[in-house]
Amino acid sequence: MMKRVPVLALLLWICLLFYVGTWIFLSGFLLVKVEVNRNSSCKDKPFSKQDSSHTEHFCWSEPRFKRAVILIIDALQYDFARFDPEIKDPRPFQNKLGVLSEVVASRPAHARLYPFRADPPTTTMQRIKGFTTGSLPTFVDVCSNFGTNAIQEDNLIHQLGQNGKRVVFMGDDTWENLFPNQFHRSLPFPSFIVKDLHTVDNGILQHLCSTVESSDWDVVIAHFLGVDHCGHRYSPDHHAMADKLTQMDQVVRSVIERLQNDTLLVVLGEHGGDSQKETDAALFLFSPSALFTVGQEKALQEVVPQIDLVPTLAQLLGIPIPYSNIGKVMVELFALGSPEDGSAQERRQAEALWINANQVNRYLDTYSLANKDLSPMILAHLKDMFLLATTEYKTLFGGPLAGGPEHSSRVQALIATLQLYLNQVREMCQASWARFHPLRMAVGNAVLATACALCFITSDFADVVGASYRRLLWIPVVSGTVAGGGFALWQFSTGSEVEVLSSLGMAALVSQLSFFWNFCRRKATRVFVHQPSDLLNATADAAQQRPALTWPSIPLTIFFLRCASLFSDSYVVVEGRVVTFLLSTLAIYIPVQMNWAGRLLLPFEAQKSAPPCLPLQPSTPAASSSYKKESLTLLGCTGFLVASLYSSHFFHGCRDEQGNCKPSAFLTPLSGLRDIQLRNFRYLLSVSSVVAWVCLVRRWMRHYGNMNSKSPAVLVARCGLPLVATFVSLYWAMSSAPAEDFGNLQEVVRLALLVFPRAVYVLFGLGVAVVCWDPLTVFLKSRKEPAPSLLPPTYRASTGVSLQAELQHLIPHIYQRMRKSLRAGEREGAGREDDGQPTMEAYGLGTVYSAPLLLVLALLGLVLAMLHPEGLMLSFVLLLLQACAILHMHSAATSLSTPGSRAVSCPLLLLWPLVCESTKAGKRGRRAGEGEDGEEAVMEMKLREDPDRFSTALLQLGARYLFIHGAQLLASVCSATILRRHLMVWKIFAPKFIFEASGFAVTSVCLLLGLALVMRVDSAVSDWFKRLIPAHSR
Amino acid sequence: MKDIEIKGMVSAHCIIALSIVMATIVPAVLLDDFSVYGTHLVWLYICTAGVAAVNIAVYTLLGVSPPAKKNTLSHKVAKVSKSCLYFMFSCLLFHGIVVLYGAPLLESASETFSFAVLLSTFTTLRCLCILGPNVQAWIRVFSRNGAMSIWDTSLQITTASSVTGAWLGAFPIPLDWERPWQVWPISCTLGATLGFVAGLFIAPLWIHWHRKQLTYKSK
Repeated sequence: MMKRVPVLALLLWICLLFYVGTWIFLSGFLLVKVEVNRNSSCKDKPFSKQDSSHTEHFCWSEPRFKRAVILIIDALQYDFARFDPEIKDPRPFQNKLGVLSEVVASRPAHARLYPFRADPPTTTMQRIKGFTTGSLPTFVDVCSNFGTNAIQEDNLIHQLGQNGKRVVFMGDDTWENLFPNQFHRSLPFPSFIVKDLHTVDNGILQHLCSTVESSDWDVVIAHFLGVDHCGHRYSPDHHAMADKLTQMDQVVRSVIERLQNDTLLVVLGEHGGDSQKETDAALFLFSPSALFTVGQEKALQEVVPQIDLVPTLAQLLGIPIPYSNIGKVMVELFALGSPEDGSAQERRQAEALWINANQVNRYLDTYSLANKDLSPMILAHLKDMFLLATTEYKTLFGGPLAGGPEHSSRVQALIATLQLYLNQVREMCQASWARFHPLRMAVGNAVLATACALCFITSDFADVVGASYRRLLWIPVVSGTVAGGGFALWQFSTGSEVEVLSSLGMAALVSQLSFFWNFCRRKATRVFVHQPSDLLNATADAAQQRPALTWPSIPLTIFFLRCASLFSDSYVVVEGRVVTFLLSTLAIYIPVQMNWAGRLLLPFEAQKSAPPCLPLQPSTPAASSSYKKESLTLLGCTGFLVASLYSSHFFHGCRDEQGNCKPSAFLTPLSGLRDIQLRNFRYLLSVSSVVAWVCLVRRWMRHYGNMNSKSPAVLVARCGLPLVATFVSLYWAMSSAPAEDFGNLQEVVRLALLVFPRAVYVLFGLGVAVVCWDPLTVFLKSRKEPAPSLLPPTYRASTGVSLQAELQHLIPHIYQRMRKSLRAGEREGAGREDDGQPTMEAYGLGTVYSAPLLLVLALLGLVLAMLHPEGLMLSFVLLLLQACAILHMHSAATSLSTPGSRAVSCPLLLLWPLVCESTKAGKRGRRAGEGEDGEEAVMEMKLREDPDRFSTALLQLGARYLFIHGAQLLASVCSATILRRHLMVWKIFAPKFIFEASGFAVTSVCLLLGLALVMRVDSAVSDWFKRLIPAHSR
Repeated sequence: MKDIEIKGMVSAHCIIALSIVMATIVPAVLLDDFSVYGTHLVWLYICTAGVAAVNIAVYTLLGVSPPAKKNTLSHKVAKVSKSCLYFMFSCLLFHGIVVLYGAPLLESASETFSFAVLLSTFTTLRCLCILGPNVQAWIRVFSRNGAMSIWDTSLQITTASSVTGAWLGAFPIPLDWERPWQVWPISCTLGATLGFVAGLFIAPLWIHWHRKQLTYKSK
């Protein structure tokens, strides 16, 4: 009896460890904030203000500026913008933007230059979000609308539009996606071609000056990309950068010349460099009318957080501050009026700050009503602070205007309080939304790393682990549960909140440690016990373990390279190519290695080779002919594998970062095709691949004799599969044809579009249920006529199959099984039957494990194909063939060599799912996962002879598979941890990590389900034998 | 006896390595605007031709290649033409493999083929020189116990190192460093050349190091 539950439980436990590690890491890495979709408006009443005074709404009564020009120069570092006359030999990026410093020096009341800093998620999109909404952008904004990139939160652009300002936009087309249809006029230019330094900038330059001179605008936003592209393409130290910065200098000069008195100029760098040290960008403010009070500037410019620009701009332009803003106005911009009249200046500043604080307070109220992620204690403290400031404000400004030094000092104190309040709000929000939790990230990494190690140990010492589940599975699980529960209880008893995460982490770590501890002890005792006593067993074990311990280093190296490639953004971008490159290497390595080991060809029987030609000489002895055939199969399969790896490039999608890349034509859904002939052709192609899919599966089953029985599983293969395939093709036909083609049948079509997918799902569910209920596809035929006694009984897989295939695949196993059952029958029946008495023919027994797996896979593949664009069906068929080729390679390699080289192909088998990722159809990993089970199952009935070994093999397979996926997950987690300050982390590493994590979840679940199915088949086979043998022996 | 052979190999390999160095230096002196990156294909052809000529000359003079059974003219012609055929075939094969590994299929096909020619020069041509146009012998040499002389061992080492060098040369291509040598096929040809030169130097050292363990069966 094989151990079913422990194998599954162990794998499930390992999976859970991975999930826990991923979750802990996620909670420390991904910054989550919930968007509040409410908009400010000028008519909003401040919450706590009953009496009406001069600030009864959120808008400034009379805007300082009517118009604004906002020039965004991507990657304009603060270093670029400064002008230091003492530098004798300026580097290419130094002292090129002279205009900023010139203006600041010559007109100190009109201009100022600040360092400008943004918060962690640093993609262009997040940055733009940051300085238009005034909120802290996070990687995953949980928003109401998933389908679009458009900003849902209240933002400057929206407010400008609401208040009748005409916004003209030119430059980076990201804006167009973020604010669709919100601009009065817009001139977007493509931004993704990094090598192109000039298209965007020249496009802007063509229009900028004429626009500024005309009167058809209120706000101009121009987003230049040249400096950023230049920095990426060359480096800051390149003469192209000098040219680019000089060009920007000219732009700013010409805009300054054309400005009118009611206009504000804002020049800002969108982000700094890659490293943290360089992230300070430049912010430059200028207006032809006086902007600052001279003499107030501090010696050291303080850094302006990027979100502070939002309330400042809003108030300067006289629009409401966006609802979700948590930035603080830059008070020095509001010190308006004559310098002598200090009280008026302070009054304006206090007013600006108070409006701002009011808005922030309202936002916090709304946010904390719906979400609990902000600490209630700090919130209460902030609330108190705000209420105090409100009363103070009312007493100071509510009544008649007072004067005097005492009043002035109270106003100054109020300003300081409001600033403190706003700063504290920002800090709190940053702590919760925009800061990583290094401890959690570290713990997540640790849990994942130990889980990987555990997986590796389990796969390499599967027999050790398989022999002592009690020690190595139940004790760790129990101790982990106890530790986690105890920790939670302790937290509960000490009165603090019960943190699910920390107790889970505790449980995971403790159970892992206990596993390692037990394993080390077990290993030590085991070696000690086994060596003297059970020599045979020990040598067998050693033979099994030796290749595992000294795993061929090259497959492992290649796998290591694959993991290492996740640490470089360039390699992640071209991941498909990287993976196919490595896989081709692995595929070609196999025959080369086998030739090196002298196993590919019999010594000096060399007929054909990896290098040039194949002069076949059919003069080999009969013994070596099968050997030669096997090696030919191996070579052929290798060739096919490499070729299909290459053809997987035809199904590539494109990433944004790949400039000159066209997504594969197969990825466009048929309904998107205009050309009718092309569409028909593509539809035929898809349908024929569906047909090929079904035929291949059915042919395989017929070949191995699994199609003869009357059992329901066979019925599924006979009718269910073609039916599902028909529905899928009909659904495609309906959905791809344009609606107007149907005329008045549109209702029917709409109904069909609903019915077909549901029918497919129902059939799929039914099919899987039926297969699980009765997975046996064995056809039993008892023979009435005694077989000719001279001949050995003949077993037919099916009609129409070559005798050779029959001999190779079927006879040995069935024969063994039959012999055994006959013997058992004889024993029980006590000589009641003669020699020629009814023998039995069992068809399809040899593939009793593979057939149901394959059937379920075929169904699943069809359902998945329906969810993907039609063209991808071709890649599904390709995958099936690839899996077939790998299995053949595996069997050929096994039969060609001693078991030692089994490990050669095993890593390849395990690496194989990677190619699925390169074809970009996310769910493909699962197919590979179960393909492997099929591979184990090819061993067929032999497996039943040795149930212990079978369960160990399943455990090893599962653990190895999880190890391969887990190691990639670990690599992506590590890369996200190490490179969390990298410029590309939110564009490349974080999505990669999420992809790996979800891929791991899907594949692990499918692996467990697949194994469960194998177990189910096994139990069904056992039952079947129990029924069969007594019945036969009667 | 072995020491003499090793010394002969050292000098032969030095000459071959020198030919690569000369192929880089001499055109730089003689030709205007010649650079390894800029006019890469020119360098590649000169290098290939140089290595091929020197290889053939050295190994013919050394008499390493297996003695011909019949020393007639027609036999020699047949052998040479067979060698040429094999060489062409190996170029095509390398081209195919390189494309399968991800080289562009249509654009820069001439570059890819030149790279295949270079690789064939480093591997197949040496096989032809040392073993003659005998595929069975080639297969034998590339198995664990197949080497029958120190020349076979050196062939193993140089072939493996040039192929590995070419393989490693593909690594920097996707990186965004924007260096001139990251363009296909420059990094690969450079990798193959460096690997080949490294193999030339490693082979005698390795044989010297393992001369006690290396026992060659006679044919």
